[in-house]
Amino acid sequence: MTELPAKTDRKMGLVIDLDTCVGCHACVISCKGWNTENYGAPLSDQEPYGGDPSGTFLNRVHSYEVQPEHGHAQLIHFPKSCLHCEDAPCVTVCPTGASYKRVEDGIVLVNEDHCIGCGLCAWSCPYGARELDLAEGVMKKCTLCVDRIYNENLPEIDRTPSCVRTCPAGARHFGDLGDPDSDVSKLVAERGGMDLMPEMGTKPVNKYLPPRPKDRIEDQIDILAPLLAPVAEEPQGFLAWLDKALDKLPGQSSGGAN
Amino acid sequence: MHPAPSVILFTTFSGLGFGLLVFLGLGLPAVTGTVAFVFYAIAYALAVGGLLASTFHLGRPERAWRALTQWKTSWLSREGVCAVAALIVMALYAFGAVFLDSHWTLLGWTGAGLSLATVFTTSMIYTQLKAIPRWNMELTPAVFLSFSLAGGALLAGAEDLAPWLLAIAGAVQLAYWAKGDRALETSGTNLGTATGLGGRGAVRAFEPPHTGSNYLLREFVHVVGRKHAQKLRIIAFVLGFALPLLLILTPVQGFAVKHLLAALAVLSHLAGVAVSRWLFFAQAEHVVGLYYGKR
Amino acid sequence: MKFQQPRVDTSPPVSDEVRKTTCYMCACRCGINVHMKDGKVAYIEGNRDHPVNKGVLCAKGSAGIMQVNAPSRLRAPLKRVGPRGSGEFREISWDEAISTAVGWLNELHETAPQKLAFFTGRDQSQSFTSFWAQNFGTPNYAAHGGFCSVNMATAGIYTMGGAFWEFGQPDWEHTKLFMLFGVAEDHDSNPIKMGIGKIKKRGARVIGVNPIRSGYNAVADDWVGITPGTDGLFILSLVHVLMKAGKIDLDYLSRYTNAPVLINAAEGPDNGLFLRDDDGKMLVIDRNTGKLTPFDQPGVRPDLTAVYERDGVTHRPVFHLMAERYLSPDYAPEAIADKCGIPATRIRAIAGELARVAFDEAFELDVEWTDFRGETHSKMTGRPVSMHAMRGVSAHANGFQTCRALHVLQILLGTVEVPGGFRFKPPYPKPVEAHPTPHGDRRPGRPLDGPHLGFPRGPDDLLLDENGNPQRIDKAFTWENPMSAHGLMHMVISNAHAGDPYKIDTLFMYMANMSWNSSMNTKGVMEMLSARNDDGGYMIPHIIYSDAYSSEMVAYADLILPDTTYLERHDCISLLDRPICEADAAADAIRWPVIEPDRDVRGFQSVLIELANRMSLPGFTNADGSPKWKDYADYIVNHERKPGIGPLAGFRGENGDKEGRGEVNPDQLNRYIENGGFYVAHIPQGADYYKPWNAAYQDWAVGMGIYDSPQPYLFQLYVEPMRKFQLAAEGHGNRQPPDHLRQRLKAVMDPLPIWYETDQQGNEGFTVNALTQRPMAMYHSWGTQNAWLRQLHGRNPLYVPTRLMREHGLQDGDWAKVSSPHGSITVPVMEMAALNENTVWTWNAIGKRKGAWALEQDAPEATKGFLLNHLIHELLPPKGDGMRWANSDPITGQAAWFDLKVKIEKAAAPDGLQESQPAFPAQQSPVGTGPEELKWKVGK
Repeated sequence: MTELPAKTDRKMGLVIDLDTCVGCHACVISCKGWNTENYGAPLSDQEPYGGDPSGTFLNRVHSYEVQPEHGHAQLIHFPKSCLHCEDAPCVTVCPTGASYKRVEDGIVLVNEDHCIGCGLCAWSCPYGARELDLAEGVMKKCTLCVDRIYNENLPEIDRTPSCVRTCPAGARHFGDLGDPDSDVSKLVAERGGMDLMPEMGTKPVNKYLPPRPKDRIEDQIDILAPLLAPVAEEPQGFLAWLDKALDKLPGQSSGGAN
Repeated sequence: MHPAPSVILFTTFSGLGFGLLVFLGLGLPAVTGTVAFVFYAIAYALAVGGLLASTFHLGRPERAWRALTQWKTSWLSREGVCAVAALIVMALYAFGAVFLDSHWTLLGWTGAGLSLATVFTTSMIYTQLKAIPRWNMELTPAVFLSFSLAGGALLAGAEDLAPWLLAIAGAVQLAYWAKGDRALETSGTNLGTATGLGGRGAVRAFEPPHTGSNYLLREFVHVVGRKHAQKLRIIAFVLGFALPLLLILTPVQGFAVKHLLAALAVLSHLAGVAVSRWLFFAQAEHVVGLYYGKR
Repeated sequence: MKFQQPRVDTSPPVSDEVRKTTCYMCACRCGINVHMKDGKVAYIEGNRDHPVNKGVLCAKGSAGIMQVNAPSRLRAPLKRVGPRGSGEFREISWDEAISTAVGWLNELHETAPQKLAFFTGRDQSQSFTSFWAQNFGTPNYAAHGGFCSVNMATAGIYTMGGAFWEFGQPDWEHTKLFMLFGVAEDHDSNPIKMGIGKIKKRGARVIGVNPIRSGYNAVADDWVGITPGTDGLFILSLVHVLMKAGKIDLDYLSRYTNAPVLINAAEGPDNGLFLRDDDGKMLVIDRNTGKLTPFDQPGVRPDLTAVYERDGVTHRPVFHLMAERYLSPDYAPEAIADKCGIPATRIRAIAGELARVAFDEAFELDVEWTDFRGETHSKMTGRPVSMHAMRGVSAHANGFQTCRALHVLQILLGTVEVPGGFRFKPPYPKPVEAHPTPHGDRRPGRPLDGPHLGFPRGPDDLLLDENGNPQRIDKAFTWENPMSAHGLMHMVISNAHAGDPYKIDTLFMYMANMSWNSSMNTKGVMEMLSARNDDGGYMIPHIIYSDAYSSEMVAYADLILPDTTYLERHDCISLLDRPICEADAAADAIRWPVIEPDRDVRGFQSVLIELANRMSLPGFTNADGSPKWKDYADYIVNHERKPGIGPLAGFRGENGDKEGRGEVNPDQLNRYIENGGFYVAHIPQGADYYKPWNAAYQDWAVGMGIYDSPQPYLFQLYVEPMRKFQLAAEGHGNRQPPDHLRQRLKAVMDPLPIWYETDQQGNEGFTVNALTQRPMAMYHSWGTQNAWLRQLHGRNPLYVPTRLMREHGLQDGDWAKVSSPHGSITVPVMEMAALNENTVWTWNAIGKRKGAWALEQDAPEATKGFLLNHLIHELLPPKGDGMRWANSDPITGQAAWFDLKVKIEKAAAPDGLQESQPAFPAQQSPVGTGPEELKWKVGK
């Protein structure tokens, strides 16, 4: 059913911390491992050992250099997967109803049995979140690990997307962004979480936490410089200072042999 | 966007085919019998051939029938429904014209409307995509409709209308290119908004996520050299509009010569539209390319 | 109408069974849950209970499934039939393979054990492989530390009884400032990521010192894009500023370091050594009494300032020498800023921040502890500054002294083994004195007289024979590199080829890709491996190689002993080796066959046991001549290094209820498997900080079998063994260095950290620094044949800073010729702005030789990928003195591959082939190539 639900009960999604992501690709491969084995068709690879290897991945980590007006260029790692948009164009363009947004949690899914592989949903997605699997001929996308997050065969603590569970730096968070009191919503509020391409009007559920300001240590020199006032200019003066300083230490009585 | 032959053939041929059906439905010309049969055969060959070509880019063509179900929301589905409806209605109308020597006007008008609607829905498949600013313009339906009508008029031999429609289509084409070249820039989407990092400084794509290729790059990132594109635009404009116009406006004597020139005009137009369509896809920048530092 | 949507099964079965073992995709050794379906591996995730990774898992770990199914897996023992390097082999039986190996080895064992050179690469069973080599009797054994990070390890041990690496970790719970030097990725890869994530979450500051702003440095709050090789100077400048401002922890220095220890100032053979009492204890002045006293007496307050006069000579404490040296204006930020490429204000700001956090943000834990002098402290003082460093500072010819300088900085701030600082992981801390010295005698038919590798205390411990010639093939522990504690694997092939210091018969290697990315001078090594004598025989007569995969090195061996993958084998990650402990706990782990091999392959360690049994090697043989162990699992359970201490510390004793020390438990492996594949012994509270001096920790460590008796010690700001080498160079003692090395030894063996220029002589015109890093998704791994990982990093451009791109008119995708005095390569370039403006770099070991790793010959790794190794030689360019100077640290022999300087120029794409140069002819793949398509799913 390609009509978008008027409203979803929850808005499950990811919050990705660009301040912390070290670009290790752990999420990329964990996702590949879980999702090739689980939901729907395997995520195939073409020429896996050949000259032009490529394959279906539901999550990829880009990297960008940002050159601020002043100071050093910065490198920012940038994981990207389906943002499970509230106003998901990929759902409404689908001619078969294979693409849909779940009413209970807002997850955007593809019913692979109904997908004709026309690719239009991928065309409509500004984020590049959907990839047509060449072997299966159907559209693949992030399911937010819908087969993990409610899975009663998993311990409760593991009912989280595989990318979140595996992320070593803790740069990925999962939760209900529709609930202002959820941990993820609070994080977004605290850290100024942002939408990608807000001008597209897709209203992404996933949010990105911007990197904290960088290379500011020299700005604090006025506070730090007084800490570095020399105790003496010459080694002899230093030793004299040392002698006095040692006296002030607890448990030291004054004046040894000299 | 990757200029896939299947979609170029589809939009070019089916546009022309449905354009012809529009004129046939309107009774321009009001042919019957064998002549009608030939006209309808050409129209159906183009329209159905184009539709069939479009299925070549499907991952699972055997399920194509499912595409008719989501007409409430999906332009692609609407196109399918319109196309099927237009083809059925026009088949009935054609039956009347070919075998019963009669023109069921209401049916014809309905068929013409549905044919035009098919072309419109096709255009809306592209127009609706905000992710591709060059398509996401009012001029996109204008391109599809004007091309379809001009081509239909040419094929239908609508001598009075064809020059005007060709001229309009040509003008729309020029306007589309002019506006399209600025579409990505004026869309407000750039790597800064794509990453949310634009406020921090100049953003540049560094290492791609994978060193190899992927579906997104193959499907959405196609770089056409500016000079190359300029040449192709001239070819598309000359073949698609200028030459056909010249050919049909050339005053000639004799049925055969006239028809030969008309046929040449149609072929030229078809070739020009195909080139234009190639450019329509190849030059269309999907914003996902921004993430890869490409456009 | 109700909204309609398909029903999704949100609770599908995940797996039939979860088998918990230890990852081996790199050196991190995380715990993994291997989900099985129908007896096959369906999914791998991190084990939440595991002390290393606590559930998380990196890209490599999750891609393990593609390693276990890799088409590059060797399938059966192979015997070479074509010339070396061709890759032409014939499959043979294990019987034939073992007989062939025994045929070559047994005679050597009986007659000339040193003619076997046995070196291992990514071996995680070094305590076993060294045990085997020791019992074979060859002095020629080491792993790959010599070209990895021996500077870091050795400087750490000599200075503070432990190193960074996996031997210690920041106190992630408390640290507020984390400073990272030269770390692209590390053995401790997941713990570092977890730690950085954790501290950033609470707003702690991360400072990254690295010419390249990638990975950890990309998330650092402040980036210091230092000029390669100048870290030591930068650190000593921080020392200068901090000392001058008095921002040093005097109490800590006086109690726990040798800063107050008196240095003998009298001329003669003891000059510069510590004053000691008759028991050999270092002497200090007690500030309370003003008397000369051993450092460790109850109630003593060692005085940092007091000097001691005797016989008209003033003996000063170490701290005086430090003040004299580091307060010199030569180390002022303004004096060194240009050389380091860091503005002086930035250096001062960093020093200020270190001071602010260490002292103004100091805190106390309400935990009582008693030190080795018997004094009880009611609190533990925290200084929340922590540091970490790795190969970036290590792989330079001044790396040892740079690592020393870094530890001295940590110690001056009082941030080692305190809350918020840097903490050791058991079995560290462990002073030099508790480590062995090196051993290298050669006694046919008998075991070596002790462990191969160790820490020399002075010239007497060098491995030189009666004529002063090196005892080891790699010339470790000689005057050229006296403290080469990890051996010099990178010199083995070169020396064996040259017959210098002697010829060998058999080169036996394990998991070491020496004919490709694991060697400097790759082309030369390939030639040396296949060089022939006049009689047509190979100059290295026999080469045996064991690996699980069809690496480039396979083609150069005569006999291949195919290893299993990591899910098909037994292993132990032992406290005797390089364990997986945490600062709060000792831990060890096992691997066990969660699947059985589907090929005719065997775990290498079991093969070594079989070889040992066939040769009846001592140590492997009972008194009655019967073998002690049938395979590696048997050894893991039943071997005892000392009574009650074996490879695994957990579940010892008859009932499995003893830890550390205890009788052999035949059920031990099952107990480990039940426990998730690992064992953790927690350090009691109050014993978990101040470990080198904490009586409670020392007692716990003795109980665990880490020491036999408490081993409290002082941090060695001043390293006395180095002074002993200097004394020899000055002419003292019986063992004297050759004259051409005297000057160098006097200079570099300085017992206090120094910095010296690493600029290679004869390199005029080569001014651009060239570095390599391993990408996180492939660090310490065999990523290239892995279908998922190779899509991430299938080729490697040369990253060039913006300035050099402009200067040479380069654009992304252009080709450049990069040359060094040793050679040149032609490679694709890519611009990088967040990079030291005079440094280029690339991802290491992406480039592969055609035919290797079961890849197609047009694989991008083999066409676009390249190695920087071609530009690096194991020797420095000739200096005109006729000597051949090694391209390594003169103290430890660490391969100095980050000293590389190059010249770069724009080039046409090579020959229209668009292939990186140099290109080598294809090897024949002994395993064919992989499938055209993968649709991986093992369940229904």
